[in-house]
Amino acid sequence: MDLHGSKAYSRRAFLQRGVTLASSAVTVPYFLQSSAVALARPANAGTSVAGVPEERVLVVVQLAGGNDGLNTVIPFEDDSYYRLRPQIGIPGAQVHKLSARSSIGLHPAMDSMKELYDDGLLTVVQGVGYPNPNRSHFTSMDIWHTADTSGVGDGWLGRFFDAQCAGADPRTGKGAPAGHAGVAVGRDAPLAMQGRQYRPISFETADMFRWTGLDLHPSMAQPYEEILESELDPTVEQGNPSAAFLTRTAMDAQVASAKIRRAVDTDPLVRYPNSGLARQLAMVASMIRAGLETRVYYVSLGGFDTHAGQGGAGGQHANLLRTLSEAVNAFYKDLQAQGNDGRVLTMSFSEFGRRVGQNASNGTDHGAAAPMFLMGPMVRPGVHGGHPSLTDLDAGDLKYHTDFRNVYSAVLGEWLKADSSRVLGGTFKPLRVLKT
Amino acid sequence: MSSPPTASLRPITPDAFGYEQARHLLLRAGFGGDPNQIRTLADWGPKRAVKHLIEVGAIEGYPEPRANSFEGDLMRQPTPEELREYRRAQERGDEERVAQFRARRQRMQRADRSQIRSMQRWWLERMIESPKPLEEKMTLFWHGHFATSYRAIEHSYQMFLQNQLFRSHALGNFGSMLFRIIRDPAMIRYLNNDRNVARSPNENLARELMELFSLGEGNYSERDIKEGARALTGYSFSENDFLFVPDRHDQGSKRILGRSGNMDGDDFVRAILEQRDCSEFIASKLYRFFVRELPASRDDPDAKPVSAILRRLAATFRGSRYEIAPMLEQLLLSEHFYDPSNLQRQIKSPAELVVGAVRSMRTPVRDLGILVDAMDLMGQSLFFPPNVAGWEGGRSWVNTSTLFVRQNILNFLLTGKTPSGYDAMASVERYDPMVLLDDLRETDPDADRSPQKVVSYLLRFMLGGEPTPDKMRTLVGFIEGHGGRVTPDVVTGTLALIAAMPEYQLC
Repeated sequence: MDLHGSKAYSRRAFLQRGVTLASSAVTVPYFLQSSAVALARPANAGTSVAGVPEERVLVVVQLAGGNDGLNTVIPFEDDSYYRLRPQIGIPGAQVHKLSARSSIGLHPAMDSMKELYDDGLLTVVQGVGYPNPNRSHFTSMDIWHTADTSGVGDGWLGRFFDAQCAGADPRTGKGAPAGHAGVAVGRDAPLAMQGRQYRPISFETADMFRWTGLDLHPSMAQPYEEILESELDPTVEQGNPSAAFLTRTAMDAQVASAKIRRAVDTDPLVRYPNSGLARQLAMVASMIRAGLETRVYYVSLGGFDTHAGQGGAGGQHANLLRTLSEAVNAFYKDLQAQGNDGRVLTMSFSEFGRRVGQNASNGTDHGAAAPMFLMGPMVRPGVHGGHPSLTDLDAGDLKYHTDFRNVYSAVLGEWLKADSSRVLGGTFKPLRVLKT
Repeated sequence: MSSPPTASLRPITPDAFGYEQARHLLLRAGFGGDPNQIRTLADWGPKRAVKHLIEVGAIEGYPEPRANSFEGDLMRQPTPEELREYRRAQERGDEERVAQFRARRQRMQRADRSQIRSMQRWWLERMIESPKPLEEKMTLFWHGHFATSYRAIEHSYQMFLQNQLFRSHALGNFGSMLFRIIRDPAMIRYLNNDRNVARSPNENLARELMELFSLGEGNYSERDIKEGARALTGYSFSENDFLFVPDRHDQGSKRILGRSGNMDGDDFVRAILEQRDCSEFIASKLYRFFVRELPASRDDPDAKPVSAILRRLAATFRGSRYEIAPMLEQLLLSEHFYDPSNLQRQIKSPAELVVGAVRSMRTPVRDLGILVDAMDLMGQSLFFPPNVAGWEGGRSWVNTSTLFVRQNILNFLLTGKTPSGYDAMASVERYDPMVLLDDLRETDPDADRSPQKVVSYLLRFMLGGEPTPDKMRTLVGFIEGHGGRVTPDVVTGTLALIAAMPEYQLC
């Protein structure tokens, strides 16, 4: 086979020749270029922490609707708590105290997360928020996604990928993120992952991340295969850069589709509970196990907008917290069984907490500051920061003492090894939540 | 290496204007057309074809949107009386009453979000069915240019009014549009000019008015922004109408872009329109929309001819006092526009892809909601541009994820198949692809029985240019696998396969 002739561009040829020849071809799928670089490096070279591989993964768990932080991490020794929440307040005897001397504890439904906490795999960051809190779901979610207090602009993870794109060789794409560097499991691709150049892959089930023409009739498969493998005419490559770009992207998409679908087709190593979030995390664990080049995964759990009848130790909100706890617990058991737990940091957030006082419908209205969770063997376990005061309030809401961008800064700078001030458009001191 | 494009703005001669050129014109100055429409424009010749597309006023019978097409008061502000009552309820700790007020506000917001979704479907439908495609395409251009997002303003009727402003000025005068945009409630809200008051000016609108809407970065000073913001103080809105608040307006003397005096918003716009940079900035933005991306550097062999073209387009624009139509007509008629290097060069926007598929292949529309959702997944949600700079366009449309959505939505239009299986409601209507072959039969009555001729004809229609041997081989092989019979199902399958070729994403 003539590697430098026009035949050098077919997808099959790439897959067969693998990474060793990637640098000799002009039109190489972007991901092959970057993985060629990754593979060329000795496994433990340049790692900053012994035993932790550089191929680190971030999993973001979005709790949509505004999680009631005050009934998640509970200041059970504070009388104001019971005074302001006569019906929905949770008795101190039932909470999972975070230590013998601690005055805060996790909601009774969170046994599984308490287990992670006891194993040193969980850190609670208290009182997280931002200046002039916005109480609209839409806007506040955008603020968290863009890491901009006006909620305008590209997503913070999108900018992280964009920065990688910018550092890549413009001609060969060398150093650019893989097409599937960011994967969102769900119908919508979150704003957080949308960059100016980078767009994440998103799918509800991996079955959708493929060409549906194959389902029309069996006879479509053969011609489709031929289309994918047809060579790109080198004169087109030079004369019409748009066509060359599209052909390259089509190759990337095909390879990513095959890899992802193969990955999620395997059975997880542990039993997951029966919930949507657990299914999403099981898929993420399978993709991590398959060694995909994905750096950031995004999953979400909705239903936290508990305006009425949210319940106390049991009920609506308790069920949501149980779903969350059991899913992340199973996820880390799976990762441990794979031996991948050290590579994975998980972060949960919600667009806002809820009002301190319960409302007339035994629910809570939109509030402000709330806790965040960080999970994984690489977190500094424990509780970060004090519980916000229940009496010194901002229009009925908890005052934040930690800006969420200080958490992002740690995740970007210390975990993803990015230039966090460039990505965040300002310098935010990284919160000391990770072992470095 | 292909040679640089011609720098000629001379009108293309009628004999150089055939099927390929008419197809190109319909794609760029509209959303594409079926084979008969392409043939008709080719027969008319360039002058009449371009005139037909540009003179939207001459086409009658398609209803204009009406003020009552949507509900204007869903997001009505509470009256002073209601506000007083709400505050009293808060003061006396009447939780129930306060909760009622909040619940009503939430109901209004829900109704408004539902209305913006129906507006998305409504506009998409207009793009699909309007006999004046260039009017809708220019409306989309202005929406991306003066980008305002529902996400930030949460007021669907103001978005509708702005959309109407863009449509009524689509091919009109850019200057009048600028005078109107500083009075547009959606824009004023989006760029916070309702908070721009004499005592503490807000520079947001003043800055974007020059940077993104008219002059381009670097063609004004920070002082122009500061003084411009003062000229715009007091430009606010009340419900759906512009409201000038004299008390909030700074009556002092300002100096903006070389003009001075007690300037107001109109004087600011006049000062902008006097700048040569304004004509050049808008001309080059329209050029990028209709022709191609600008060369990245001066060393690019295309840089010289392209900048010569831009200079002359800007001169035409200035000469007509910012009328859009004459400049656009000059461009769409020019030899440069039809230069081979400009054909099949742009990446279709999601709107061009979806609307174009229906308009050119004559597929059923099936479900506007699914089409709107798919456009969102492809990165173009109507009324929700990503930021004040609008959609970036070009390569940013396509990545590994959006490419499958772009291909699969074509499968949906052709067959009714959604990514998750057959949609019972949507798949009722069967697509008849045979109408596409009428034009082929007209010139060659038996051609529709020849797989070779059908494939070559469809490739020319769907991708433009000369069919390549490997594509011919693949598709003819597909038809021969079905006994060589050109049945509706086989043609639909062929169209789905062509739409899966990377080149289909180009126009």
